[in-house]
Amino acid sequence: MSCKCEQSCWVFSDPTINISKLEPCLIKYQDTKGALITILQQAQELYGYLSPELLAYIAHRTGVKPAKVFGVVTFYTQFRTKPTGKHLILLCQGTACHVNGSSAIEDAIKGYLKVNEGEISDDGLFTYNNVACLGCCSLSPVIMIGDKTYGNLTKESTVEVLKGIACAERAELKNEN
Amino acid sequence: MRISVGKGSCGIAAGAAEVYDILREALGDTVTVTGCIGMCYLEPIVNVDGDTYVKVDKNAAGEIIKLVNNAENNAKANLIKQEDIALLNAQHRIALENCGVIEPENIDDYIKRDGYTAAKKCITELTPDLIIEQVKISNLGGRGGAGFPTWFKWNAAKNSLTADKKYIICNADEGDPGAFMDRAVIEGDPHAVIEGMLIGAYAIGASEGIVYVRAEYPLAIKRLDIALAQAREKGFLGENLFGSEFCFDIRIKAGAGAFVCGEETALIASLEGERGMPRLKPPFPAQKGYQGSPSNINNVETFANIPWILRNGGAAFSALGTEHSKGTKVFALTGKIAKGGLVEVPMGKTIRDVVYGVGGGIKDGKQFKAVQMGGPSGGCIPYELIDTEIDYKTLAATGAIMGSGGMVVMDESTCMVDMARFFLDFTCKESCGKCTHCRVGNKRLLEILERICAGDGVEGDIERLSELSNEIKDGSLCALGQTAPNPVLTTIRYFKNEYEDHISRKKCTARQCKPLLTFVIEPDKCIGCTLCIKKCPSAAISGELKTAHVIDQEKCIKCGECATVCKKNAITS
Repeated sequence: MSCKCEQSCWVFSDPTINISKLEPCLIKYQDTKGALITILQQAQELYGYLSPELLAYIAHRTGVKPAKVFGVVTFYTQFRTKPTGKHLILLCQGTACHVNGSSAIEDAIKGYLKVNEGEISDDGLFTYNNVACLGCCSLSPVIMIGDKTYGNLTKESTVEVLKGIACAERAELKNEN
Repeated sequence: MRISVGKGSCGIAAGAAEVYDILREALGDTVTVTGCIGMCYLEPIVNVDGDTYVKVDKNAAGEIIKLVNNAENNAKANLIKQEDIALLNAQHRIALENCGVIEPENIDDYIKRDGYTAAKKCITELTPDLIIEQVKISNLGGRGGAGFPTWFKWNAAKNSLTADKKYIICNADEGDPGAFMDRAVIEGDPHAVIEGMLIGAYAIGASEGIVYVRAEYPLAIKRLDIALAQAREKGFLGENLFGSEFCFDIRIKAGAGAFVCGEETALIASLEGERGMPRLKPPFPAQKGYQGSPSNINNVETFANIPWILRNGGAAFSALGTEHSKGTKVFALTGKIAKGGLVEVPMGKTIRDVVYGVGGGIKDGKQFKAVQMGGPSGGCIPYELIDTEIDYKTLAATGAIMGSGGMVVMDESTCMVDMARFFLDFTCKESCGKCTHCRVGNKRLLEILERICAGDGVEGDIERLSELSNEIKDGSLCALGQTAPNPVLTTIRYFKNEYEDHISRKKCTARQCKPLLTFVIEPDKCIGCTLCIKKCPSAAISGELKTAHVIDQEKCIKCGECATVCKKNAITS
């Protein structure tokens, strides 16, 4: 940890992590007191998740102890330490959704993707996470994929939504080929 | 001509974005965006010169285009019904006065409705003491849940002379599951919040404002960002405001998701980049808050009330409400409600007024069982107490709390033991872990509740739950721990019979706790269609075509799929 160099000594086992992309954010915030959460948010925005190596690197650059960085990451629900599928499904488990049957929606998602919470589906397209509340209570039960919210769901319509996305992805792949 | 489409998060989820695009393409700049008017059950909503069209889909949008172009049309079919207008008129809107009316991304719209006149008057004509005096007369209480007098906090922050810099912080970390008041206010009327903060900042002498908003609310963040830029451009934020010495600006901080950050000291810790854990008070934030400087924290709705109070006078606000609770309160009316959405009513209205008078009663003609107020910190109020007035004191007497405004309605199909389990599951996940009683005690409560819901409840569980609940309340530092057992205590208080049913009779009358259900096919109702046989995932159902089927209880996994497919309602549980 005594290494003073900025990027060259750090090797990231995940090849998708291009650390130079984080540089502008680090330069902007590394000396700002209390900016750790902002840096972590931007890093997750860039890479999709926060790998242990990335956290160690951020700790090194900001001078915050690695244990503290890890402590902050695990404290807040927004932060993920594992990669996700291409589409992250946020399943609302708020009170209104619970009362209106979010558990059936969870069953439908699990059944269709054949994964548990936080895992990546076999095709690499989906991961689902439970969230406390998306604030669209009047449309409960609700899921959010990307920046799109789907409301008044049933088991069937949930599966339709997922199938629709998977279909679009396959079509796109075909076009590229 | 002015056409507006309600594009709050919920409207967009209901399809408002597509409708907006269609109208915009056909009719151009006359089509504008507004926030949420609160009638979520009617989304997407389009307003054409004051006439409201509801549940507007692509076809209806086409009819509206014809209407605007004076062609023959059937737009009338989507015109709002008188009964729905009556529900809207049963409200009294102060914090929501502009929501769903103005264009949130256009500051001129806000200015046209007397926007920023209150801030200008305060900064150019009034002293901080006179402003605080008006807030005191209004008797505005903190709308985040506790109802603590706003003027008192402002006064304490104003009198704190220890530092050269002070902060004013807006708490928009709406963590209460089942509530979306703050999201709707920021999405629909961001300038009201900015103006409220501006007035507060002048009153306490703060030079910097921070809005701590949930990252789950991307649209709210976007609209606030636009509003801040426009306010700066117009000279309502920045240096020497309204020609005075006063300088003030606001920045946004996106929260990272932690319910406990609703607590003031935890929120400050989070702003400082730490784990959001509460600390002992005193020192209060007014003395030592963000970065060690005096800070004042208010909720979104509290700030949204401020411009109205300063424009109309504190007395006009306190003329509404009850002896102890003044003004109005915004509620997110959800759950098993027929006409759910965002409503604002004067304090002193009863729960019945809100559920039946504004919310149209229970969905699908079912029976009202309870209303949950105050989220994980609150409690369930039963039908017997439906005429309870909305007032901080009377609600607290029921064991529930006013809370931030979540009002989740429950009918006979909601199991109250399961509800208590649901909230404890939430608080266990959200406890910061600092106090042993909260960290371990709530976990034990949850385990007992899980056991009861699984059919393994034993005699003495109810007493154990009560005893442990009271100890957790006494032994926790912050409001999260002190209030976490409330859902357990209120459900035991009002629905003890349900606990007893689960424990002694191994029955869940609401039919929610699956391990307690036994699915049986009634032979005289079953027509032998084999639908359930095909649907059953564990091959537990047998029988020939046109003869009554039977469920093998050994194989049954109690998923309930058979009951949902049966067209003859022959399967009971």
